Amino acid sequence: MSFFQPHVAKASQKHTLGPEHQPWVEKYRPKTIDDVSAQEHTVAVLRKTLTSTNLPHMLFYGPPGTGKTSTILALSRQLFGPDNFRSRVLELNASDERGISIVREKIKNFARQTPRAQAVASDGKTYPCPPYKIVILDEADSMTQDAQAALRRIMENYARITRFCLVCNYVTRIIEPLASRCSKFRFKPLDPSSTSSRLSQIAVAERIPVTDEVISALISTSQGDLRRSITYLQSASRLSMSTSPPSDITPSDIQEIAGVVPDAVIQDFAAALGIDVLSDAAMDVDDTAKPKVKGFDGVRKKVREIIREGYSASQIISQLHDVIIEHPILNARQKSRCALAFAEVDKALCDGADEELWILEAGLRVHKAVS
Amino acid sequence: MSLWVDKHRPRSLDELHYHEGLSARLRALAASGDFPHMLFYGPSGGGKKTRIECTLLELFGKGVEKLKIDQRVFMTPSRRKLDVNIVQSNYHIEITPSEVGTYDRVVIQEILKEIAQTQQVDLSAKQRFKVVVIHEADSLTRDAQAALRRTMEKYMSNMRIILCSNSTSKLIAPIRSRCLLMRVAAPDADEMQTVLDYVARREGFAIPEDTAREIVADANGNLRKALLVLEALKMQNTDLESSALTIAKPDWETYCYKVADMIVQEQTPARIMEVRAKLYELLTHCIPASVVIKTIADGVVEKVDESLKADIMHWAAIYEARMRIGNKKIFHLEAWVVKVMSLYKHFFYGIDMDGFDDC
Repeated sequence: MSFFQPHVAKASQKHTLGPEHQPWVEKYRPKTIDDVSAQEHTVAVLRKTLTSTNLPHMLFYGPPGTGKTSTILALSRQLFGPDNFRSRVLELNASDERGISIVREKIKNFARQTPRAQAVASDGKTYPCPPYKIVILDEADSMTQDAQAALRRIMENYARITRFCLVCNYVTRIIEPLASRCSKFRFKPLDPSSTSSRLSQIAVAERIPVTDEVISALISTSQGDLRRSITYLQSASRLSMSTSPPSDITPSDIQEIAGVVPDAVIQDFAAALGIDVLSDAAMDVDDTAKPKVKGFDGVRKKVREIIREGYSASQIISQLHDVIIEHPILNARQKSRCALAFAEVDKALCDGADEELWILEAGLRVHKAVS
Repeated sequence: MSLWVDKHRPRSLDELHYHEGLSARLRALAASGDFPHMLFYGPSGGGKKTRIECTLLELFGKGVEKLKIDQRVFMTPSRRKLDVNIVQSNYHIEITPSEVGTYDRVVIQEILKEIAQTQQVDLSAKQRFKVVVIHEADSLTRDAQAALRRTMEKYMSNMRIILCSNSTSKLIAPIRSRCLLMRVAAPDADEMQTVLDYVARREGFAIPEDTAREIVADANGNLRKALLVLEALKMQNTDLESSALTIAKPDWETYCYKVADMIVQEQTPARIMEVRAKLYELLTHCIPASVVIKTIADGVVEKVDESLKADIMHWAAIYEARMRIGNKKIFHLEAWVVKVMSLYKHFFYGIDMDGFDDC
């Protein structure tokens, strides 16, 4: 009855098989729960479970890149040690087939096995190795309702020998009966200070020179998503290392990698929509732009240009939104009209509507609202 | 005898004509041995696929050009069989999972797992990993994208993924944050002209300045279209004198403009029926409905009063979005046509529309 084992074995083998080209996200994944950045509350609770070796069913939720998967992996590694990890932990994520049949067969079979005897740890350390197994269901919010419903009774029946840990982004997509069986842990977006300390720690370990401006650019583009900022840092360092001679990382590199639309483009677009831009440089542009075609044709021309540049529509909308909402001169009514327009455009884009049409729509409505 | 678009497609990063910075970056990444997952995005005809191929060549050498086409059969959990065409070489594999519609998750899971769990056996290979190129990544379903997430991290040692899409809006954030984003903008007019000149020189003739400019203006940033038009023109008329030439618009485009004319000329139930017949005609010729509505809206907007333009575009956008959610495209096209007609008529007779706007 070990048909699930090859998978688990391979998974952990991959983790250890680390060439120097490993992504930093994997390389610097916390080894112990004490290494997890910024989630003090959760870590404090989990540290208790390490000493008492009793674990409730758990539900981790929070935005991407806040350390949910890292925490549970680190915790189970600390509980069982590398040797028992394979036989005691079943990790399933959205890349595995997870329909109702898998819940009924694979998960149930794993859950009802009596935990095997503890193997002697080969590295000489002692691990608590409590007498239960852990099933990690990563990205649980992409499981179907039926599959979740099938888990309900399984979780209760085998609670003595198996603990479940559900990891998800949106707690609302987990059905209520499951959520009520778990103790919930919310992972909050990382605050700038812990992100920056983590990033500089990695930069030191990788021996790359990173300035404070770069770190702040990373923080502002990643918005509390640590994985994203680490990935950007790695890509930026790859780019800078590979040019000859190696150049330093600049904040604009980070912006380009992150797919952020340059401020100049957004300012230009805003000017075409009839919003007064603030900075001095932009003022000049605006003055020269006065004789340009305004109104419908002006807006449409600008939208076509931007679409040709290949920027992503949702990115344009969110940055334009920032410009307008923080604009000092526009009044509340104008701003709320714009916000309404942006909301509708965002919905349409999520539904997969045509980008050019909807950016144009946003542009026209903003134009109407501010004029 | 292949089309010029294919014949003169750049094969290596050095041959690319524009976006020097991007090419330098790709070359550097390929040389560093530390190649990330990548996401190429940009408007169509901007050279995304060409750049991907060039990068692969830079990564693996000549071996990637030896392609074979495979047809694979996948089985869904409900025992349905799916046929998928796969293009592969020894070093990489190209798939278009959106071909199979909602079952793309199965294809992604199967193929990626298979690639990820086999190591590169060819010892002379330049890289230890294989590359999976996923075309039309923006039409992947949510499920398929979710399936990619963890795989991308877990199997990084054996596999890299290159996604190719028109926009990043439809990709979920976790995927975007795992990739290095590569924006491939459409070439500007000068760059396109250079490419046209280059192709013409390779074919042994020269393009008059005016003709080139006309072609570039018509193509609207789509280099593939520009080259196709150039070839077509050359076939029609060997000396390429600009006075004698007219760039033939595709039939459906003229047809759409005709529909736009009809809408503006007369607003009666009888005319709606005529328009409806034309719309059906367009749809049965496999012109995507969103392209139809966009082109007709463009045509209508040219001919109406300034104050109406914004409204017409507004409703075009709304009905276009509804079309995506809904099932039957023709309903929404017709609804839009009727809406435009009533807007136009009300404008003409000066009736105040404010009361009707919300319903």
